[in-house]
Amino acid sequence: MSAFSAIGEDREVDREEFTPTLEPQATWCPGCGDFGVLKALKQSMPEVGRNPDEVLLVTGIGCSGKLNSYFESYGYHSIHGRSLPIARAAKLANPDVEVIAAGGDGDGYGIGGNHFMHTARENHDMTYIVFNNEIFGLTKGQTSPTSPKGHKSKTQPHGSAKDPVRPLSLALTSGASYVARTAAVNPNQAKKILTEAMQHDGFAHVDFLTQCPTWNKDARQYVPYIDVNDNDDYDFDPADKGDAERMATEAERSLYEGEVLTGRFYVDSERPSYQEEKQAIGEMPEEPLAERYFDDDYEWERTHDVFLDRHK
Amino acid sequence: MTDHELIWRIAGGSGDGIASTSQNFAKALMRAGLHVFTHRHYPSRIRGGHTYTEVRAAADPVRSRGDGFNCLLALGDSFARNPQEDAYYDNEEVKPLAENLDELNEGGVIVYDTGLLDVDEIPNFEERVEKNDWHVYPLNLREIARDHGREVMRNTAGVGATAALLGIDLQYFEELMAEAMPEEILEPNVEILHYTHDMVTEEFDFTHDLQVPQGSHNEEQVLLSGSDTIAYGAIDEGCRFIAGYPMTPWTEVFTIMSQALPELGGISEQVEDEIAAAALALGASHAGVKAMSGSSGGGFALMSEPLGLAEMAETPVVLVEAMRTGPSTGLPTKPEQGDLEHVLYTSQGDSNRVVLAPGTVAEAYEQSRLAFQLAYGYNIPVILLYDQKLGGELMNVPASHFDRDPNPDLGAVTTEEELEDAPHGPGGKFHRYRYDAEDGVSPRSIPGQKGGRFLVTGNEHNEAGHIDEDPTNRVTQMERRMAKLDGVREFLDERSTQTHMGPDEAEYGLITFGSQQGTVAEAVKRLNDAGHSVKGIGVSDMMPYPEAEMTAFLESVDEALVVEMNASGQFRGLTQKELGRFGGKLSSLLKYNGEPFEPAEVVSGFEASIEGQDVPDQQTTYIPAAGD
Repeated sequence: MSAFSAIGEDREVDREEFTPTLEPQATWCPGCGDFGVLKALKQSMPEVGRNPDEVLLVTGIGCSGKLNSYFESYGYHSIHGRSLPIARAAKLANPDVEVIAAGGDGDGYGIGGNHFMHTARENHDMTYIVFNNEIFGLTKGQTSPTSPKGHKSKTQPHGSAKDPVRPLSLALTSGASYVARTAAVNPNQAKKILTEAMQHDGFAHVDFLTQCPTWNKDARQYVPYIDVNDNDDYDFDPADKGDAERMATEAERSLYEGEVLTGRFYVDSERPSYQEEKQAIGEMPEEPLAERYFDDDYEWERTHDVFLDRHK
Repeated sequence: MTDHELIWRIAGGSGDGIASTSQNFAKALMRAGLHVFTHRHYPSRIRGGHTYTEVRAAADPVRSRGDGFNCLLALGDSFARNPQEDAYYDNEEVKPLAENLDELNEGGVIVYDTGLLDVDEIPNFEERVEKNDWHVYPLNLREIARDHGREVMRNTAGVGATAALLGIDLQYFEELMAEAMPEEILEPNVEILHYTHDMVTEEFDFTHDLQVPQGSHNEEQVLLSGSDTIAYGAIDEGCRFIAGYPMTPWTEVFTIMSQALPELGGISEQVEDEIAAAALALGASHAGVKAMSGSSGGGFALMSEPLGLAEMAETPVVLVEAMRTGPSTGLPTKPEQGDLEHVLYTSQGDSNRVVLAPGTVAEAYEQSRLAFQLAYGYNIPVILLYDQKLGGELMNVPASHFDRDPNPDLGAVTTEEELEDAPHGPGGKFHRYRYDAEDGVSPRSIPGQKGGRFLVTGNEHNEAGHIDEDPTNRVTQMERRMAKLDGVREFLDERSTQTHMGPDEAEYGLITFGSQQGTVAEAVKRLNDAGHSVKGIGVSDMMPYPEAEMTAFLESVDEALVVEMNASGQFRGLTQKELGRFGGKLSSLLKYNGEPFEPAEVVSGFEASIEGQDVPDQQTTYIPAAGD
């Protein structure tokens, strides 16, 4: 019997369960795209059939990091850039928990870029939502890794001399098996993509365009948006990596030309998750490790019995 | 302890199998009934460069390297560069012989491989042999190995020669070889072992007195390093998750765990950097698994921020820190105790962690277990601080020391039944961080437990974990978290984790921490035998500091010398900071040349200190007490 009875509980889940009954006043500004992520996430939860006690939402630092303050579940508001290593270890410790990581573009593509690359490479079965507002919000409007070249801010008074990070391509190159972009201005698509991302058995990267009306663009600047999966001008197969790379490159370039391309860029349903890979080579137990600590019948091994002979 | 001891040093080049040969030699002598202790010295290179390992063996227990050594087996360095004497790093070809002569005691025995070492290249070799009454047995080990097997088997030839000269029964070596080697390698090795043994016995007139001591054990022994026992302590506490990134010397613990855990249904993760490694350990622990990570100084520096998060979030975790010589890359393969202040204080804010520094291989097992008990019992990060010396030294420990029950208890966690009656906030979140928690320890729930959801945050937070900047909440939560250290101190006081040495009453004190304990213990004994009145203490609890025990110790002596391997007297500084006095009583004996103390250095350092003189040895440093 599981020590975690919330997991796999057979009942209908209502989106309102994910709203704290005593909701802390959101610190986000009016018109902030972050509200769009929160709403889409709450809406997608009943779709994937998960209840608040079986979800772990790990966030980084920044406005986006407050997501789990307003979302009712197990939450881990960690440190800047480090949501992914915490989240993926929790998934390894108990694969039955629904693990979601979230953070901003500075958090995920800047300070945590190394973890992004490696978590994608390992293809952990989890969802990573990056609030991409092309700016540092909480520290008051500095140029971020996705700010366009030439972007002026208090810390880049002559405009950024750097080309922006290309997050979709980076995810693809690193090995993410699901890569999508959606936008706060497109709630229907956002809900669908987050649902798919959670249902996907592998590392699902969602670059979520979240307007920052205070320090950067307002919502109008992400409209009109184009769904590349549902537009005759874009003929590509998201199951084909070559197609996905070309489409991702185009979407990344066009964003800075005022054209917002969103949708699923890459969906690889064949690639085994990291858990499956580890189990296949005998480096991860079939039963969730976390269960073992609550199993009174488990016979814990002793080094005296298992390892001491080789030292005699 | 009798005076009769063997200190055998095998020297060669990195990559020549010095470590494995010496390990087998130590094990053979342990099986022969002796107590053994090893000390190794190696460069930060894969192939080539002078390396040696010493095996000290005696009938009575040995817990330290000795003073110098008395038998040298000098093999060639098959990957040596710079054959010129005036090369930048000197002539590496002769280093296995030349570099070791300064520390070879009078009357010592030398066996060297004439196939790779030319004594004509060593200045004044013959004069030094005569002056020191060394007994030299030149042998073409390379040729013997080549004629009877392969050239790489010259280590076996050297062991056979040593066994003949010192009177060691070959059966112990043969048994060890048979256990480890496949048939096709075993056969020529056994032949070489016997051939060399018999040839040496027949061809040389032995002029030396040195023989292997005779001893017997009254119970079964195992040969282990500190890295082994740290790993085994973790496993016996139910640790089944490790994350890490390679770095010398911490890699040893990481390797042992990575090989052991799959056998035990556990998980090991080698990850992109040490920030990730520590963060993974937090993630696994949070999800309900006993987890650890670790590194050496540079890698541990990267763990500072996750460490602080563990303090604030109260996520239990054990981090091990294997010190090597700093600053920066320092001497990567040499020991030092220079990271004490680093592990005590790194990360922003007030430290809220436990730091333990075990003193011996056996203690490392105890304290590794203790580290997990404290981490999970108090929901606090615990750092196990050791060094390259303790991690790599091998010594025999009774097998019965490890014959204990495992303890997989997750500590201060809730069950689902407990959660039903536990306090929850008006929003439905479990009160994970209760103001009224006993000893400050508020149990945690595990994701997936029904009714257990709460928020973890590195921000200051209220009882449910929500970010809260209210000053009263801040003070309450700070005080609760800090109070956990008082509980830990009481817990530790009941277990007497410090090691006392020598008589109960004495005029002088010797104080050390961590891995120098065995060496200081030997020095205390020698000093008392020589008529001094000295007692010693090896301290393991760095944080929370054993205030009462150290106050009693220092009040009982007139003066105390603090022995540590760093240049700034970090443990002496900690002692003065924690106790707020005794500055006039405490002097320091320091060593930071990359080598651990020898007992004689502590003895002479102590004698110099009580006479108010500087130490005679340039490799150690004496710092007088304040006001002296």
